[in-house]
Amino acid sequence: MSYFKEIFYGGLSLIEGMAVTVRRLFRPLVTVQYPRKKIPLSSAYRGHIELKVFEDTGTHKCIVCLNCEKTCPSGVIAVQGVKLKEKGPKTATNYVIDFSKCSLCGLCVEICPTQTLQYSKEYELVGETQSDCVIDLLARLAKQAEAREAAEKKTQGLAA
Amino acid sequence: MAEQDGTQAYRRIYTLNLGPQHPSTHGVLRILLDLDGEYIVKADPIIGYGHRGHEKMGENRQYKQFLPNASRLDYLSGMLFNHGFVLAVEKLVGIEVPERAKYIRVIASELNRISSHLLWFGTYVMDLGGFTPFLYAFDDREQILDILDSVSGSRLTYSYCRFGGVTRDIDSKFIDMTRAFLKRMETRWADYDDLVTKNIIFIHRTRDVGIIDAELARQYGVTGPNLRACGVAFDVRRIEPYEVYDRLDFEVPTGSKGDALDRYNVRFNEMQQSCRIIDQALDQLPGGDFLTKKVPQKLGPPKGEVYSAFESARGLSAFYLVSDGSPGPYRCHIRVPSFGNLNVLNEVLPGTLVADAISILGSIDVVIPEIDR
Amino acid sequence: MSEGLFGSEWFRLILGLLIVLGFSQLNALFLVWLERKVAGHIQLRPGPMEVGPHGILQTIMDGIKLVGKELILPLKADRKLFFLAPVLVFMPVLVGFLVLPFGPSMIIRDMNLGVLLVFAFSTFTVLAILAGGWASNNKYALLGAIRSVAQNVAYEIPLLLAVMSVVLMVNSLSFSEIVRSQKSIWFIFLQPVAGLIYLISATAETNRAPFDIPEAESELVAGFHTEYSGMGFGLFFLAEYTNMFIVCAVATSLFFGGWNGPFGISLGIPGVFWFLFKTYILIFVIMWVRWTFPRVRFDQLMNFSWKVMIPLSLANLVVTAIVVKLI
Repeated sequence: MSYFKEIFYGGLSLIEGMAVTVRRLFRPLVTVQYPRKKIPLSSAYRGHIELKVFEDTGTHKCIVCLNCEKTCPSGVIAVQGVKLKEKGPKTATNYVIDFSKCSLCGLCVEICPTQTLQYSKEYELVGETQSDCVIDLLARLAKQAEAREAAEKKTQGLAA
Repeated sequence: MAEQDGTQAYRRIYTLNLGPQHPSTHGVLRILLDLDGEYIVKADPIIGYGHRGHEKMGENRQYKQFLPNASRLDYLSGMLFNHGFVLAVEKLVGIEVPERAKYIRVIASELNRISSHLLWFGTYVMDLGGFTPFLYAFDDREQILDILDSVSGSRLTYSYCRFGGVTRDIDSKFIDMTRAFLKRMETRWADYDDLVTKNIIFIHRTRDVGIIDAELARQYGVTGPNLRACGVAFDVRRIEPYEVYDRLDFEVPTGSKGDALDRYNVRFNEMQQSCRIIDQALDQLPGGDFLTKKVPQKLGPPKGEVYSAFESARGLSAFYLVSDGSPGPYRCHIRVPSFGNLNVLNEVLPGTLVADAISILGSIDVVIPEIDR
Repeated sequence: MSEGLFGSEWFRLILGLLIVLGFSQLNALFLVWLERKVAGHIQLRPGPMEVGPHGILQTIMDGIKLVGKELILPLKADRKLFFLAPVLVFMPVLVGFLVLPFGPSMIIRDMNLGVLLVFAFSTFTVLAILAGGWASNNKYALLGAIRSVAQNVAYEIPLLLAVMSVVLMVNSLSFSEIVRSQKSIWFIFLQPVAGLIYLISATAETNRAPFDIPEAESELVAGFHTEYSGMGFGLFFLAEYTNMFIVCAVATSLFFGGWNGPFGISLGIPGVFWFLFKTYILIFVIMWVRWTFPRVRFDQLMNFSWKVMIPLSLANLVVTAIVVKLI
């Protein structure tokens, strides 16, 4: 008797399972065709670090205190700087990160005394050699400034 | 190699390597099997293929520089390990944590536990041959990853907890997303039940397979859902409550037989209990700071040692830190649950079929990089 | 009846064979695409979308890729058998197309032993799988092949017993005869148990999930076609889909009315469309089952066949015989 009961209830469980799958067949898809459509990143997304531009100075505020370089567990950051005036802070002349070693822990961003480091939103990074992973943050800052000026000129040109 | 036993028949035992390149996603595990036809005569798990030197790295770094390592030990419970390490250091140094931060950490940890169990569920049924529940589980897991991404910025290796709290406060968007997720999961349990738990093929593949009894579990140091499936209600959150678990009301699900079906049911029920915990924690969430302000950048802990245990997705995990007053630990040892869980295979596998070996290995839920550290 | 060129027997035969060849290839191409789309949509994703609109050309591109791959012959493998096995698995399946009743007058050869022919030739696939597994000189391929042989033999019996129940009712082994006698009511309503047993055994015969232990994605290795690369693998793959079509077409003819419309009302649509429509629905059901259930363990599979399927189909046959005698 339990032989027949097992066959019957077992068969019923299989039909119930099939009902679940066929219901999903008619639900909307959850994937996105990536290169054609992109998903917006969350606001807290942690890409590699970059220098922040401040409103009052129009540039970064790195004073080459080397806190970030010392606190990084993986030795990612290399900073060098000079004193522009005799009794002033240093300014960075060279700020390079080796992203191939970065573990995105965020300790550098937290320890910076002038809050000049922030996370970028880069995720489409691709490189063919190890040296492609070395990112020059000052050059990046300059490129971003150029792009901003070009965009401003364009809007001014459109307005005029 | 031919063996003669008393009845003058001989059996030929051949060695099969369930090699480091494994179709199932457990990590680099190698099990050396001695097979007699289809039956396993001897099983010998061989580990060490994923050694990365985390404990040595712990010795050469300051406490806060070890934070990224903690998440990468068991990458599926990254938040739980992050939380556990931070608890250990807070215990060593004696840092007070604001109430809001405690609740936030508990919510994030329980979300991580659910996502780890969902991944286990998907890969376990995929090992057995059903490819679809894997994608359904991952769809649900995406919701959790999005929630944790919105607050910590990262989907797998969170460095979200800091000594004395968390890095960012949660906002109303996080709370809304979490509540929507909890509501969505309430409809999902019935779907998974119909699709997998009640399925006669699945039941036949997991019932009475890989029975671990409580005494064997105790001898091998098996913890977590594997131990609870044998009937022993040992959960660190109940036995030695940390953070705010003593204020939250949840059950510890147990099984009775200790077979693969019991382990499956225990983990399933744990997911539902975690949903309950998150619900209560969101209700009880107080205002206040999310990070205590009195933590110096260079920790100077007193000389001593601390052993701080917590319940990760796989069982009892612990950090054992020995301090000699310097900014970094003198010795940093991590107790991982998968080591004991895996070695019980020595006793459980002999006498089973090879097809069952996959089912048993999947039901124990090991993560090999955690063992090798 | 040789009335000029177009009525000649030879012409009909050659035309029929060309149509069969073309149809089987197109069908295999279509089924591979359909499987991937069905799998995708069940799994909440779209499946192939890039190559051609909604991925229609994906199978052709995959075929071109497979043809371009190197044919690897393992060391110490039996060369003749190794290359013969994929051919052996594909050819008998094509023979089955000769007797399928696509429409009221669209059978290439209306034999009065049609049912016997289809099942006799479909057993060849077992031989081909064993040849492939043996010739690979690989422990695990042989293991997969042996399991496949055991599974096929075990499920052949309930398959044939279920078919025998229908044959007893109609008193003929000819396909067109069987389809004609389903004009008023389909046999699935008269013989539900036989129909179910037939469908389950057919899934096991074609090595589809949940009985797909011998083929890909087994626990340890990839089954009997581990060592095959390029078009050798492609032929095994295509043969599986063609076999699936034949099996579903036979199910349609035997149980679901063939080219008859429901209750004999054809609604003006020619019979061949009814036939293909029903066959493809059955194929969809088989695909649906594949993506829902986990795999059955091998000893449980054999237990299921010998302890459940065979007694049930035998009982069904006896009951059918008694009822036919009494009516």
